[in-house]
Amino acid sequence: MIRWLLLLLGGVLLGGIVHLATIIILPRTATQDAFSRLTPIAPVNTVVQLPDPSPEKAVMPYMDPAFASAVCRYDLTDGPLKLSVPVSIAYTSVSFYTDHDIAYYAINDRSAGRRAIELDLMTVDQHEAMPENENVTAADLLIVESPTPTGLIAIHALAPEPGLRPKVKAAIAGAKCSQFSLPQVSQ
Amino acid sequence: MRLLLGTLFALIVAGVVGLGTTYFALSRGATFGTLSIGSWTASARTGTMDADPYARASIARTGRLPVALGDGLTFLAKTDDNGNTLDGRCDVTIAGITPTARYWTLTLYNSAGDLVANSLDRYGFTSQEIVRRADGTFSIMIAPRANAGNWLPTGGVERYVLALRFYDTAVGVATKEGREIPMPAIKTRSCP
Repeated sequence: MIRWLLLLLGGVLLGGIVHLATIIILPRTATQDAFSRLTPIAPVNTVVQLPDPSPEKAVMPYMDPAFASAVCRYDLTDGPLKLSVPVSIAYTSVSFYTDHDIAYYAINDRSAGRRAIELDLMTVDQHEAMPENENVTAADLLIVESPTPTGLIAIHALAPEPGLRPKVKAAIAGAKCSQFSLPQVSQ
Repeated sequence: MRLLLGTLFALIVAGVVGLGTTYFALSRGATFGTLSIGSWTASARTGTMDADPYARASIARTGRLPVALGDGLTFLAKTDDNGNTLDGRCDVTIAGITPTARYWTLTLYNSAGDLVANSLDRYGFTSQEIVRRADGTFSIMIAPRANAGNWLPTGGVERYVLALRFYDTAVGVATKEGREIPMPAIKTRSCP
Protein backbone atom coordinates (compact mmCIF):
# COMPACT_ATOMS: atom_id res chain seq x y z
CA MET A 1 0.00 0.00 0.00
CA ILE A 2 2.78 2.42 1.06
CA ARG A 3 4.59 1.46 -2.12
CA TRP A 4 1.69 2.49 -4.33
CA LEU A 5 1.23 5.74 -2.41
CA LEU A 6 4.91 6.55 -2.96
CA LEU A 7 4.56 5.75 -6.65
CA LEU A 8 1.50 7.99 -6.81
CA LEU A 9 3.43 10.81 -5.13
CA GLY A 10 6.34 10.30 -7.52
CA GLY A 11 3.95 10.36 -10.45
CA VAL A 12 2.36 13.61 -9.29
CA LEU A 13 5.79 15.24 -8.82
CA LEU A 14 6.85 14.06 -12.27
CA GLY A 15 3.52 15.42 -13.55
CA GLY A 16 4.48 18.85 -12.24
CA ILE A 17 7.66 18.71 -14.29
CA VAL A 18 5.69 17.58 -17.36
CA HIS A 19 3.31 20.51 -16.82
CA LEU A 20 6.09 23.12 -16.61
CA ALA A 21 7.93 21.59 -19.56
CA THR A 22 4.86 21.60 -21.82
CA ILE A 23 4.01 25.23 -20.89
CA ILE A 24 7.55 26.35 -21.74
CA ILE A 25 7.90 24.26 -24.92
CA LEU A 26 4.43 25.08 -26.32
CA PRO A 27 5.26 28.53 -27.83
CA ARG A 28 8.23 26.98 -29.68
CA THR A 29 6.16 24.26 -31.29
CA ALA A 30 2.95 26.19 -32.02
CA THR A 31 2.05 26.11 -35.72
CA GLN A 32 -1.14 28.16 -35.48
CA ASP A 33 0.21 31.20 -33.66
CA ALA A 34 -0.22 34.70 -35.13
CA PHE A 35 3.24 34.77 -36.75
CA SER A 36 2.63 31.43 -38.53
CA ARG A 37 -0.87 32.52 -39.61
CA LEU A 38 0.50 35.73 -41.13
CA THR A 39 3.54 34.18 -42.83
CA PRO A 40 1.66 32.89 -45.92
CA ILE A 41 -0.22 36.18 -46.54
CA ALA A 42 2.47 38.68 -45.58
CA PRO A 43 5.59 38.79 -47.77
CA VAL A 44 8.73 39.77 -45.90
CA ASN A 45 9.58 43.49 -45.37
CA THR A 46 6.38 44.80 -47.03
CA VAL A 47 3.25 46.32 -45.54
CA VAL A 48 0.19 44.17 -46.19
CA GLN A 49 -3.33 45.29 -45.31
CA LEU A 50 -5.26 42.69 -43.34
CA PRO A 51 -8.84 41.91 -44.37
CA ASP A 52 -11.41 43.17 -41.84
CA PRO A 53 -12.40 40.39 -39.44
CA SER A 54 -15.87 38.92 -40.01
CA PRO A 55 -17.77 36.09 -38.29
CA GLU A 56 -16.92 33.74 -41.19
CA LYS A 57 -13.30 34.62 -41.62
CA ALA A 58 -10.60 36.32 -39.60
CA VAL A 59 -6.84 36.09 -39.93
CA MET A 60 -6.49 35.85 -36.16
CA PRO A 61 -8.94 35.40 -33.29
CA TYR A 62 -9.76 38.34 -30.97
CA MET A 63 -9.09 41.03 -33.60
CA ASP A 64 -10.66 44.39 -32.78
CA PRO A 65 -13.27 44.98 -35.54
CA ALA A 66 -13.23 48.76 -34.94
CA PHE A 67 -9.71 48.93 -36.37
CA ALA A 68 -8.26 48.74 -39.85
CA SER A 69 -5.01 46.80 -39.62
CA ALA A 70 -1.89 46.14 -41.63
CA VAL A 71 1.24 44.14 -40.86
CA CYS A 72 4.85 44.20 -41.94
CA ARG A 73 6.58 40.89 -41.33
CA TYR A 74 10.22 41.81 -41.08
CA ASP A 75 13.59 40.14 -41.39
CA LEU A 76 16.51 42.33 -40.37
CA THR A 77 19.28 39.88 -41.36
CA ASP A 78 20.21 41.90 -44.46
CA GLY A 79 19.86 45.33 -42.90
CA PRO A 80 17.63 47.62 -40.85
CA LEU A 81 14.14 48.72 -41.78
CA LYS A 82 12.57 52.14 -42.27
CA LEU A 83 8.91 52.43 -41.29
CA SER A 84 6.56 55.25 -42.12
CA VAL A 85 2.87 55.25 -41.16
CA PRO A 86 0.64 58.23 -42.01
CA VAL A 87 -1.49 59.32 -39.06
CA SER A 88 -5.21 58.76 -39.70
CA ILE A 89 -8.16 60.76 -38.40
CA ALA A 90 -8.70 59.21 -34.98
CA TYR A 91 -6.10 56.97 -33.41
CA THR A 92 -3.16 55.28 -35.08
CA SER A 93 -0.72 52.94 -33.38
CA VAL A 94 2.22 50.78 -34.35
CA SER A 95 3.11 47.75 -32.22
CA PHE A 96 6.20 45.57 -32.51
CA TYR A 97 6.22 41.83 -31.85
CA THR A 98 8.93 39.18 -31.73
CA ASP A 99 8.58 36.07 -33.90
CA HIS A 100 6.87 34.49 -30.86
CA ASP A 101 4.12 37.17 -30.85
CA ILE A 102 5.43 38.94 -27.75
CA ALA A 103 4.99 42.72 -27.86
CA TYR A 104 8.20 44.62 -27.11
CA TYR A 105 7.35 48.16 -28.14
CA ALA A 106 4.40 50.30 -29.20
CA ILE A 107 3.97 53.88 -30.23
CA ASN A 108 0.87 55.88 -31.12
CA ASP A 109 0.19 59.04 -33.07
CA ARG A 110 0.19 61.22 -29.95
CA SER A 111 3.66 60.22 -28.81
CA ALA A 112 4.96 60.34 -32.38
CA GLY A 113 3.37 63.67 -33.23
CA ARG A 114 3.64 65.28 -36.66
CA ARG A 115 1.70 63.84 -39.57
CA ALA A 116 3.32 60.42 -39.71
CA ILE A 117 4.89 57.88 -37.40
CA GLU A 118 8.42 57.45 -38.73
CA LEU A 119 11.12 55.28 -37.27
CA ASP A 120 14.02 52.94 -37.97
CA LEU A 121 13.94 49.37 -36.79
CA MET A 122 17.22 47.50 -36.29
CA THR A 123 18.81 44.76 -34.26
CA VAL A 124 20.96 45.63 -31.24
CA ASP A 125 24.11 44.78 -33.24
CA GLN A 126 23.11 47.02 -36.14
CA HIS A 127 22.41 49.88 -33.75
CA GLU A 128 25.83 49.48 -32.15
CA ALA A 129 27.49 49.41 -35.57
CA MET A 130 26.02 52.80 -36.45
CA PRO A 131 28.64 55.56 -36.76
CA GLU A 132 28.46 57.82 -33.74
CA ASN A 133 28.05 61.11 -35.61
CA GLU A 134 25.21 59.51 -37.51
CA ASN A 135 23.56 58.90 -34.18
CA VAL A 136 23.83 62.58 -33.28
CA THR A 137 22.54 63.97 -36.55
CA ALA A 138 19.69 61.53 -36.40
CA ALA A 139 18.79 62.61 -32.86
CA ASP A 140 15.24 63.44 -33.82
CA LEU A 141 14.82 60.10 -35.56
CA LEU A 142 13.31 57.34 -33.47
CA ILE A 143 15.31 54.11 -33.45
CA VAL A 144 13.66 50.93 -32.21
CA GLU A 145 15.78 47.90 -31.35
CA SER A 146 14.34 44.50 -32.17
CA PRO A 147 15.31 41.73 -29.73
CA THR A 148 14.92 39.14 -32.52
CA PRO A 149 16.07 39.36 -36.18
CA THR A 150 12.55 38.49 -37.39
CA GLY A 151 9.20 39.65 -36.12
CA LEU A 152 6.02 41.55 -36.85
CA ILE A 153 5.02 45.19 -37.01
CA ALA A 154 1.27 45.63 -36.53
CA ILE A 155 -0.27 48.89 -37.73
CA HIS A 156 -3.70 49.77 -36.34
CA ALA A 157 -5.95 52.70 -37.18
CA LEU A 158 -9.26 53.20 -35.42
CA ALA A 159 -12.47 53.91 -37.33
CA PRO A 160 -14.49 55.60 -34.54
CA GLU A 161 -17.66 55.16 -36.60
CA PRO A 162 -18.28 52.55 -39.33
CA GLY A 163 -18.75 55.30 -41.93
CA LEU A 164 -15.18 56.49 -41.43
CA ARG A 165 -13.65 53.11 -42.26
CA PRO A 166 -12.87 53.86 -45.95
CA LYS A 167 -11.03 57.04 -44.93
CA VAL A 168 -9.04 55.19 -42.27
CA LYS A 169 -8.17 52.36 -44.65
CA ALA A 170 -6.97 54.87 -47.22
CA ALA A 171 -4.71 56.44 -44.61
CA ILE A 172 -2.96 53.22 -43.60
CA ALA A 173 -2.68 52.17 -47.25
CA GLY A 174 0.10 54.77 -47.32
CA ALA A 175 2.16 52.90 -44.72
CA LYS A 176 5.56 51.69 -45.90
CA CYS A 177 8.30 49.51 -44.53
CA SER A 178 11.48 49.07 -46.53
CA GLN A 179 15.00 47.86 -46.01
CA PHE A 180 17.94 50.27 -46.17
CA SER A 181 21.66 49.92 -45.69
CA LEU A 182 23.52 51.64 -42.88
CA PRO A 183 26.43 53.95 -43.71
CA GLN A 184 29.70 52.12 -43.12
CA VAL A 185 31.84 53.09 -40.14
CA SER A 186 34.81 55.11 -41.46
CA GLN A 187 38.13 53.87 -40.14
CA MET B 1 7.17 -7.42 -12.93
CA ARG B 2 6.16 -5.35 -9.90
CA LEU B 3 8.84 -2.79 -10.73
CA LEU B 4 7.64 -2.49 -14.32
CA LEU B 5 4.03 -2.17 -13.22
CA GLY B 6 4.96 0.46 -10.64
CA THR B 7 6.99 2.54 -13.09
CA LEU B 8 4.21 2.36 -15.63
CA PHE B 9 1.71 3.49 -13.00
CA ALA B 10 3.89 6.46 -11.96
CA LEU B 11 4.41 7.49 -15.60
CA ILE B 12 0.70 7.33 -16.37
CA VAL B 13 -0.04 9.45 -13.28
CA ALA B 14 2.65 11.94 -14.41
CA GLY B 15 1.19 12.17 -17.91
CA VAL B 16 -2.38 12.63 -16.74
CA VAL B 17 -1.44 15.19 -14.07
CA GLY B 18 1.03 17.09 -16.25
CA LEU B 19 -1.00 17.33 -19.45
CA GLY B 20 -4.26 17.76 -17.53
CA THR B 21 -2.98 20.78 -15.60
CA THR B 22 -1.50 22.27 -18.78
CA TYR B 23 -4.81 21.91 -20.61
CA PHE B 24 -6.68 23.32 -17.61
CA ALA B 25 -4.31 26.29 -17.24
CA LEU B 26 -4.56 27.18 -20.93
CA SER B 27 -8.31 26.76 -21.27
CA ARG B 28 -8.91 28.83 -18.12
CA GLY B 29 -6.39 31.43 -19.27
CA ALA B 30 -4.30 31.35 -16.12
CA THR B 31 -1.70 34.09 -15.82
CA PHE B 32 0.14 35.81 -13.01
CA GLY B 33 -0.52 39.39 -12.02
CA THR B 34 -4.11 39.52 -13.25
CA LEU B 35 -6.04 42.70 -12.53
CA SER B 36 -9.70 41.94 -11.66
CA ILE B 37 -12.34 44.63 -11.34
CA GLY B 38 -15.86 43.30 -10.99
CA SER B 39 -16.02 40.51 -13.56
CA TRP B 40 -13.47 42.22 -15.83
CA THR B 41 -9.95 40.82 -15.87
CA ALA B 42 -6.83 42.14 -17.57
CA SER B 43 -3.19 41.16 -17.55
CA ALA B 44 -1.05 44.17 -18.39
CA ARG B 45 2.22 42.21 -18.58
CA THR B 46 0.83 39.97 -21.35
CA GLY B 47 1.40 42.91 -23.72
CA THR B 48 5.07 43.29 -22.78
CA MET B 49 8.36 41.38 -22.91
CA ASP B 50 7.69 40.45 -19.25
CA ALA B 51 4.84 38.15 -20.30
CA ASP B 52 4.98 35.04 -18.09
CA PRO B 53 5.26 31.50 -19.53
CA TYR B 54 1.51 30.93 -19.11
CA ALA B 55 0.66 34.08 -21.06
CA ARG B 56 3.17 33.10 -23.77
CA ALA B 57 1.69 29.60 -24.06
CA SER B 58 -1.83 31.01 -24.25
CA ILE B 59 -0.82 33.55 -26.94
CA ALA B 60 0.77 30.77 -29.01
CA ARG B 61 -2.18 28.43 -28.61
CA THR B 62 -4.96 30.89 -29.42
CA GLY B 63 -3.05 32.50 -32.31
CA ARG B 64 -3.91 36.04 -31.29
CA LEU B 65 -1.67 39.09 -31.21
CA PRO B 66 -1.97 40.60 -27.73
CA VAL B 67 -2.51 44.36 -27.56
CA ALA B 68 0.88 45.89 -26.72
CA LEU B 69 0.87 47.74 -23.41
CA GLY B 70 2.07 50.97 -25.01
CA ASP B 71 -0.95 50.77 -27.31
CA GLY B 72 -3.70 49.78 -24.90
CA LEU B 73 -5.06 47.26 -22.43
CA THR B 74 -7.68 44.53 -22.92
CA PHE B 75 -10.21 43.62 -20.23
CA LEU B 76 -12.18 40.40 -20.75
CA ALA B 77 -15.42 39.33 -19.08
CA LYS B 78 -16.92 35.84 -19.27
CA THR B 79 -19.51 36.30 -16.54
CA ASP B 80 -21.77 39.03 -15.18
CA ASP B 81 -21.10 40.68 -11.81
CA ASN B 82 -22.96 37.89 -10.01
CA GLY B 83 -20.76 35.22 -11.55
CA ASN B 84 -23.33 33.87 -14.05
CA THR B 85 -21.85 32.89 -17.42
CA LEU B 86 -22.76 35.41 -20.13
CA ASP B 87 -25.60 33.89 -22.17
CA GLY B 88 -26.52 35.26 -25.60
CA ARG B 89 -30.19 34.37 -25.09
CA CYS B 90 -30.46 36.72 -22.10
CA ASP B 91 -30.73 40.50 -21.86
CA VAL B 92 -27.54 41.85 -20.31
CA THR B 93 -26.68 45.48 -19.59
CA ILE B 94 -23.30 47.11 -19.26
CA ALA B 95 -23.64 50.40 -17.46
CA GLY B 96 -21.50 52.96 -15.72
CA ILE B 97 -18.31 54.79 -16.56
CA THR B 98 -14.89 53.74 -17.80
CA PRO B 99 -11.34 54.70 -16.83
CA THR B 100 -9.71 57.55 -18.71
CA ALA B 101 -8.56 56.63 -22.20
CA ARG B 102 -8.43 58.36 -25.55
CA TYR B 103 -10.72 55.74 -27.04
CA TRP B 104 -12.22 52.47 -25.92
CA THR B 105 -13.94 49.68 -27.84
CA LEU B 106 -16.31 46.96 -26.68
CA THR B 107 -16.45 43.76 -28.73
CA LEU B 108 -18.48 40.56 -28.43
CA TYR B 109 -16.76 37.26 -29.34
CA ASN B 110 -17.78 33.62 -29.12
CA SER B 111 -15.61 31.44 -26.89
CA ALA B 112 -13.23 30.72 -29.79
CA GLY B 113 -12.52 34.44 -30.27
CA ASP B 114 -14.54 34.83 -33.49
CA LEU B 115 -17.03 37.63 -34.09
CA VAL B 116 -20.70 36.61 -33.86
CA ALA B 117 -22.88 36.94 -36.95
CA ASN B 118 -25.98 39.13 -36.65
CA SER B 119 -28.41 40.96 -38.93
CA LEU B 120 -26.85 44.41 -38.29
CA ASP B 121 -23.23 43.33 -38.83
CA ARG B 122 -22.55 45.08 -35.55
CA TYR B 123 -19.83 43.40 -33.51
CA GLY B 124 -19.20 46.08 -30.90
CA PHE B 125 -19.09 49.74 -30.08
CA THR B 126 -16.42 52.40 -29.94
CA SER B 127 -16.48 55.11 -27.27
CA GLN B 128 -17.47 57.60 -29.95
CA GLU B 129 -20.56 55.71 -31.11
CA ILE B 130 -22.14 55.40 -27.66
CA VAL B 131 -25.15 57.52 -26.76
CA ARG B 132 -24.54 58.84 -23.23
CA ARG B 133 -26.80 60.22 -20.53
CA ALA B 134 -26.54 63.84 -19.41
CA ASP B 135 -24.14 62.91 -16.56
CA GLY B 136 -21.72 61.13 -18.90
CA THR B 137 -22.65 57.57 -17.89
CA PHE B 138 -23.77 55.11 -20.51
CA SER B 139 -25.74 51.90 -20.76
CA ILE B 140 -25.34 49.24 -23.42
CA MET B 141 -27.98 46.53 -23.92
CA ILE B 142 -26.59 43.19 -25.04
CA ALA B 143 -29.55 41.11 -26.19
CA PRO B 144 -30.64 38.70 -28.92
CA ARG B 145 -33.57 40.94 -30.02
CA ALA B 146 -33.57 44.59 -31.08
CA ASN B 147 -33.61 47.23 -28.35
CA ALA B 148 -33.70 51.01 -28.29
CA GLY B 149 -30.49 52.85 -27.50
CA ASN B 150 -27.06 51.19 -27.56
CA TRP B 151 -28.00 47.69 -28.63
CA LEU B 152 -25.31 45.08 -29.14
CA PRO B 153 -26.78 41.94 -30.78
CA THR B 154 -25.69 38.53 -29.48
CA GLY B 155 -26.90 36.52 -32.45
CA GLY B 156 -28.43 34.17 -29.86
CA VAL B 157 -25.17 32.31 -29.15
CA GLU B 158 -25.10 30.32 -25.95
CA ARG B 159 -21.85 31.69 -24.57
CA TYR B 160 -19.89 34.79 -25.34
CA VAL B 161 -16.94 36.83 -24.12
CA LEU B 162 -16.82 40.62 -23.89
CA ALA B 163 -13.60 42.50 -24.59
CA LEU B 164 -13.31 46.09 -23.39
CA ARG B 165 -10.13 47.62 -24.80
CA PHE B 166 -8.71 50.94 -23.70
CA TYR B 167 -6.37 52.71 -26.10
CA ASP B 168 -3.80 55.28 -25.05
CA THR B 169 -4.61 54.90 -21.37
CA ALA B 170 -2.77 55.30 -18.08
CA VAL B 171 -4.21 52.00 -16.82
CA GLY B 172 -1.34 49.53 -16.86
CA VAL B 173 1.11 47.45 -14.86
CA ALA B 174 1.09 49.88 -11.91
CA THR B 175 -2.70 49.88 -11.59
CA LYS B 176 -3.93 48.31 -8.36
CA GLU B 177 -7.19 46.50 -7.87
CA GLY B 178 -9.99 48.31 -6.13
CA ARG B 179 -11.83 51.57 -6.51
CA GLU B 180 -8.93 53.26 -8.25
CA ILE B 181 -10.37 52.64 -11.69
CA PRO B 182 -14.09 52.54 -12.39
CA MET B 183 -15.33 49.79 -14.69
CA PRO B 184 -18.90 49.44 -15.98
CA ALA B 185 -21.11 46.92 -14.20
CA ILE B 186 -22.41 43.84 -16.06
CA LYS B 187 -25.89 42.70 -15.06
CA THR B 188 -28.16 39.99 -16.44
CA ARG B 189 -31.67 41.50 -16.60
CA SER B 190 -33.83 38.69 -17.86
CA CYS B 191 -33.45 35.24 -19.31
CA PRO B 192 -36.02 33.36 -21.36
